[in-house]
Amino acid sequence: MPDKPKVAFYWCASCGGCEESVVDLAESILDVVAAVDIVMWPVAMDFKKKDVEAMADGSILVSLVNGAVRTSEQEEMAKLMRKKSKLIIAYGSCAHTGGIPGLANQFGREELLRYIYEESPSTVNPQKTRPELKVIANGSTVTLPNFFNIVRALDQVIDVDYYLPGCPPTPKLLKQALEVLLSGKLPEKGAVLAPDIALCDECPKKDTKPSDLKFTEFKRPHWMQIDPKVCLLAQGILCMGPATRGGCEGVCISGNMPCTGCFGPPSRIKDQGAKILSALASQVEAKDEKGIDETLATIPDPVGTFYRYGLPVSLLRRKNFNSTG
Amino acid sequence: MPTVEQPKENSWEPRIIAFFCNWCTYTAADLAGVSRLRYAPNARIIRVMCSGRVDPQFILDAFSKGADGVLIGGCHPGDCHYMEGNYKALRRMQLLKRMMKDMGIEEKRFRLEWISASEGERVKTVINEMTDQVRALGPLGLPKKFAEWDKELESLEHEVNGKRDTIHA
Repeated sequence: MPDKPKVAFYWCASCGGCEESVVDLAESILDVVAAVDIVMWPVAMDFKKKDVEAMADGSILVSLVNGAVRTSEQEEMAKLMRKKSKLIIAYGSCAHTGGIPGLANQFGREELLRYIYEESPSTVNPQKTRPELKVIANGSTVTLPNFFNIVRALDQVIDVDYYLPGCPPTPKLLKQALEVLLSGKLPEKGAVLAPDIALCDECPKKDTKPSDLKFTEFKRPHWMQIDPKVCLLAQGILCMGPATRGGCEGVCISGNMPCTGCFGPPSRIKDQGAKILSALASQVEAKDEKGIDETLATIPDPVGTFYRYGLPVSLLRRKNFNSTG
Repeated sequence: MPTVEQPKENSWEPRIIAFFCNWCTYTAADLAGVSRLRYAPNARIIRVMCSGRVDPQFILDAFSKGADGVLIGGCHPGDCHYMEGNYKALRRMQLLKRMMKDMGIEEKRFRLEWISASEGERVKTVINEMTDQVRALGPLGLPKKFAEWDKELESLEHEVNGKRDTIHA
């Protein structure tokens, strides 16, 4: 019997939701297991780094790596998986565009460490002890990975072949992606394995989206009773649909929650945050500075809202500090 | 002796990208030229059909590629050749200004100005003022910063492709 193709899963800075989405394949996962050998999957199987190191270069058909890269350990593992795999898929928002961990790019490294180890309300650390990269205790050496200055998406660290977007990707997209890869009919390198359209295009409430919105206030979903049949933007709710790639089939929208942008932008958009800012702000009703500012003040956190999943791949990448931060 | 002269630290000059609308501000800049007005040579003018054509992506792109300041010039409110374009520009820029502040880019690096076709003198004043303000702030230098940030990734390059060694000595 010829060897089955080898598949690996790995996680970097992530929450575990992407692993969950693999399990969400439900009984289809049996077809996957029947078709491939899983050679690495830290959340579910007991393979170690040394097992991967022992494999021949390029012997894994595809590695699905989720999570952003924040530490030297994640960087090292990403590079190892790259070396051992023919194909790397950046799986989920964090690997694709930086994701929620990427929001930390609004703060400097020192600022973050100081808060976590000294200032946060639940911390008791009078000696201000911080983790060391290397500690020698009882004659043995213990090392910890380094914490980088900024959060990166996977392709800012290693070469990535394909992207599966979403927080997390839907089981349907994962299944389609695996089928395509196992069939050998590979898409063009660099492809995002989801339709290249804006979410509005496949939105179940699309027909009720007016051509001109005339915002006077951006409302938050819990302030109001949402009409399930009407475009959320038309109801004054900030929805990222216009600047977000489709493919999720509007799962949040169908639950009357606005899109928060997890699929990243379609290919013609370079900077998702700038684009949704443009789309929303230009349709404010007021024409004078004061009126405009009053309406826009109802978006309390533009960076966190517009770049919720994509700050590390935005044009500015992180907050600009005069020092290295 | 180096054959190419390296720019000296104190020889830095602000680089300002100016998006001027075809109907008003670009025409005013033309008028400033025809009238032989002298103003700072620091603005690189890009002609667009309308200030409403200036996508916020253009502005962030300019900064990320090395601009120290971005200036947008459009028609006065009510005078837009396309009726509403300048209002759209104003609304976008009000929010973009707030967002850029959150991203650590000083407010004075960015300016939206209404300059009609007859206001050649105003082009001169605005470009001079902005050049002075940006000069006072110093270089933004994002491309250089991007390169510096990514230096932290180089240290491990040899690690996977070569021998294992102590990494964090």
